[in-house]
Amino acid sequence: MGEESKIKSINAFTQSLREEYEQGAIEHQGAMLSQLLLTDKVLKVCQANSLWPMTFGLACCAIEMMATGMARIDMARYGAEVFRPSARQCDLLIVSGTVNKKMAPAVITLYEQMPAPKWVIAMGNCAISGGPFAVEENYNVIEGVDRLIPVDVYIPGCPPRPEALIEGILKLQEKITGGRQPWPQRKMPEKPEVIKI
Amino acid sequence: MQQIIDLIQTYSLLRMLIAFLVLIGIVFLNAIVMGYLERKIAARIQRRWGPMEIGVQGWLQMILDGVKMLAKQLIVPRDADRFLFRLAPLLCFTPVVMIFAALPFSKALYGINLHIGLIYIIAMASINVFAILIAGWSSNNKYSMFGAMRSVAQNIAYEIPILLSLLSVVLTTASFDLQKIVEAQSGWLWFAVYPNLFVAFVIYLIAGCAETNRAPFDLPEAESELTAGFHTEYSGFGFGLFAVAEYGNLFIMASIASIMFLGGWNGPFGLASGPLMGAFWFLSKVFVLMLVMIWVRWTYPRVRFDQLMNLAWKYLIPFSLVNLLITAFLVKMI
Repeated sequence: MGEESKIKSINAFTQSLREEYEQGAIEHQGAMLSQLLLTDKVLKVCQANSLWPMTFGLACCAIEMMATGMARIDMARYGAEVFRPSARQCDLLIVSGTVNKKMAPAVITLYEQMPAPKWVIAMGNCAISGGPFAVEENYNVIEGVDRLIPVDVYIPGCPPRPEALIEGILKLQEKITGGRQPWPQRKMPEKPEVIKI
Repeated sequence: MQQIIDLIQTYSLLRMLIAFLVLIGIVFLNAIVMGYLERKIAARIQRRWGPMEIGVQGWLQMILDGVKMLAKQLIVPRDADRFLFRLAPLLCFTPVVMIFAALPFSKALYGINLHIGLIYIIAMASINVFAILIAGWSSNNKYSMFGAMRSVAQNIAYEIPILLSLLSVVLTTASFDLQKIVEAQSGWLWFAVYPNLFVAFVIYLIAGCAETNRAPFDLPEAESELTAGFHTEYSGFGFGLFAVAEYGNLFIMASIASIMFLGGWNGPFGLASGPLMGAFWFLSKVFVLMLVMIWVRWTYPRVRFDQLMNLAWKYLIPFSLVNLLITAFLVKMI
């Protein structure tokens, strides 16, 4: 009996959470703003070009994510370098690594703590499908983070190179605005200069 | 007669209204410019490019961020104190605008000239602590609470050396009026040139760094220890207002330093300092000081909390007290 009431109370709790979230989504300022002074397209361009990711690393892919923020690759060029430590202030959750059963509730909590216009990137084979852990003997790895939360962009690789993560962010911008961002894409020189020592 | 007085009163009210609207614009513009400069300079210090793609050299980046922030969902946590939670960002932002109104940008360019301008500014700047405490308390989050407590301890400790170092300037000029203090430094004799006041200037810079919760003293929002400190639970423009107020406070800190020690709107080498050129000199001094703060922030690691407290209570306060005594002695003798 005690067990049943506990389940009932948990269900009520999740139900209230969901209602609150839907309420918040209705209050979502974006819709109001786009009606008042901004066209939807302008707002989407703004959202696409300042995707602040969460400081959230799970496994070896996180090292590549850090490398993407550092010199030589530098995702700051696309306005995505502001790694916010608090879930309330970020737009993008990069699931970078293996999600096991112990981590799954934390991932869901973090996703639900993010405010409304939010996106998820599944980075690396483990986050996409379990990767090397998707075997018969697997007992503790979630095979794909899309079993827990909706994923917008998948970046394959084990781990993917930083350039792949940049490409993933550009793909996400494409998904948000419906066109390739940013406006004048800076071209890399075709032949990189070879420095002779 | 009565009509004329009424007219003057309405005129001054109108003047105040226009000044406040312009100053709110300046506060936001300052946040945009400083945020952009901070991201660019941080990038250059770390051998990166910083924002590049949105506009030439990414100059539109902060505006896009602002629009994005406006469009974010505003979450108020279930167990938070709803009223106080919404109040805190405004309480943090409003005093900044009120202080901007009292700053003398040049001889003729100011919102309002108070003969107790310095006291007014310091009193208003103290409200910031209150806002941070309210933000931390009302969020009902342990990280916010820790951040707020640290901030209160830090700001109370560092307000004393700030007051003592500014008091030595007040002893020299015998006035709290910012315009009079600036006029006292006309010509080449800026107060930072005098050795005793130079010590006060250095103490003020260090303490001001801590007062604005930045640089090596950013313990209230130490990201690696306390998620995001007192604004952990703030999303969207609640957080945005805190950021704008932080840059506003940085501007106030730098402008007080330039008014009290670096001659305010007086040009160097006795150069012209009329209503407009004066504002140019003032703003250039302020921006040089702010760039120094950014430089310090991205160069030094964060101090520990006991080191922070030791620096205030064991070094800065005794040094500034002794400096004040020496200044009083010099003023009496000369």
